[in-house]
Amino acid sequence: MEIPKSFLGYKRENGRAGTRNHVIILPVDDISNACAEAVSNNIKGTIALPHSYGRLQFGADLELHFRTMIGTGSNPNVAAVIVIGIEPKWTKKIVDGISKTGKPVEGFHIERTGDIGTVMKASKKAQEFVMWASEKQREECPISDLWISVKCGESDTTSGLASNPTVGNLMDKLEPLGVHLCFGETSELTGAEKVCATRGATQEASDKFMKTWSAYNDFILKEATDDLSESQPTAGNIAGGLTTIEEKAFGNFQKIGNCKFVDVLEPAEEPKKGKGLYFMDTSSAAAECVTLQAAAGFNIHLFPTGQGNIVGNPIEPVVKLTANPLTAKSMSEHVDCDVSKILSREMNLSEAGDKLIETTLRVANGRLTCAEALGHKEFVMTKLYRSA
Amino acid sequence: MTTEIIIHDQKDNVGVVVIEKITPNQECSCWIMENDSSTSIQSKDEIPLGHKIAMNDLNEGDTILKYGHDIGKVIKSIKKGEHVHVHNVKTKKW
Repeated sequence: MEIPKSFLGYKRENGRAGTRNHVIILPVDDISNACAEAVSNNIKGTIALPHSYGRLQFGADLELHFRTMIGTGSNPNVAAVIVIGIEPKWTKKIVDGISKTGKPVEGFHIERTGDIGTVMKASKKAQEFVMWASEKQREECPISDLWISVKCGESDTTSGLASNPTVGNLMDKLEPLGVHLCFGETSELTGAEKVCATRGATQEASDKFMKTWSAYNDFILKEATDDLSESQPTAGNIAGGLTTIEEKAFGNFQKIGNCKFVDVLEPAEEPKKGKGLYFMDTSSAAAECVTLQAAAGFNIHLFPTGQGNIVGNPIEPVVKLTANPLTAKSMSEHVDCDVSKILSREMNLSEAGDKLIETTLRVANGRLTCAEALGHKEFVMTKLYRSA
Repeated sequence: MTTEIIIHDQKDNVGVVVIEKITPNQECSCWIMENDSSTSIQSKDEIPLGHKIAMNDLNEGDTILKYGHDIGKVIKSIKKGEHVHVHNVKTKKW
């Protein structure tokens, strides 16, 4: 297949390109959710991103909170941002972080004004932003403006046999065209960690990966109350035929094809070493992982599933693919790309990779994903430890 | 011709059922992805889609190989053609 050299995206002030044109209402903390949701109810075409944290966090956990908030607002799929927090200082910190992209952003704090006054002021600004954003047009952007993140979920053996290798095939074909790529799921590489480490593009990247994996593994072993056999693999994984974490890990690992990773990112950290594949230290829970990848600036997500994970994200479109014929049939409203014919050998891996590239570009050009049409907007902050 | 079982790597001692299920004593044709070769096996159990079948007799303590890699240990001996899963295999990791 001749791979198209461009897609239709929204060009942003900082030179990045978006596959979507969202105006978001971003609460800094849990108690500002009501206000943010009221604004998005008032002003059509905006989305509120309610979440559970943002109070009394400290240290690395607080840094991750700010990185996720600022990164989400800075994502090129977002045209403009309203930030609402209880206090002025943290609200301003997030506004200042997002404003570095050059996009319109304005902050409001609730203290000394109350919800109603804040909703009124923020709604007026949100209306202005959404009407401004509505005039933005899609323009031709080079395919290298795609930043593609991947994560699999509710995996089964069909994931390792076919849907994950399909993503790997796409990576092998798109990496030479200069796209950014990102995989994560630190704990779900357990068993395949040594093989994964050999895929570092440099010794430094390999060492950084092993250090990151070991730290996560030590944490899991410290907190585990049993042998984790109820959690990893999950009941859904086991029903689908996956027996051990090692089996799941080698299946998971198929997603990166033959690519080598250039660097290891902190959760929600923006890649800084140019095009290519990055590994990000993330939880293996779907919504947490996609939220972190979106906050790092990735603008389209590929999500292979076996038994049928249904996750979506408010700002980064999540393209679902499956090779499980039962899932493709019984949950078709969640499946953007059906590659189950690989199992019956009516389709080979390269054909499946081409089909996924075609689906990815259609979604990049504006076609809604199943998760978007169904209203999936899971925005889940990763919290590292208890608050002060 | 239908393929009932796919095997990732020549070295693997398990294969994956890729049709809705196989039944006891079914003659199954297997495709080995790594080198695009074929083999066959007679099943001993009913095994559903996505679940594994033992390609050889396996003893307690043996290593299960899939993708050509170690994915766990046998905790209860398994005969060629039997269902391989959590009842007879366990992780070596945790």
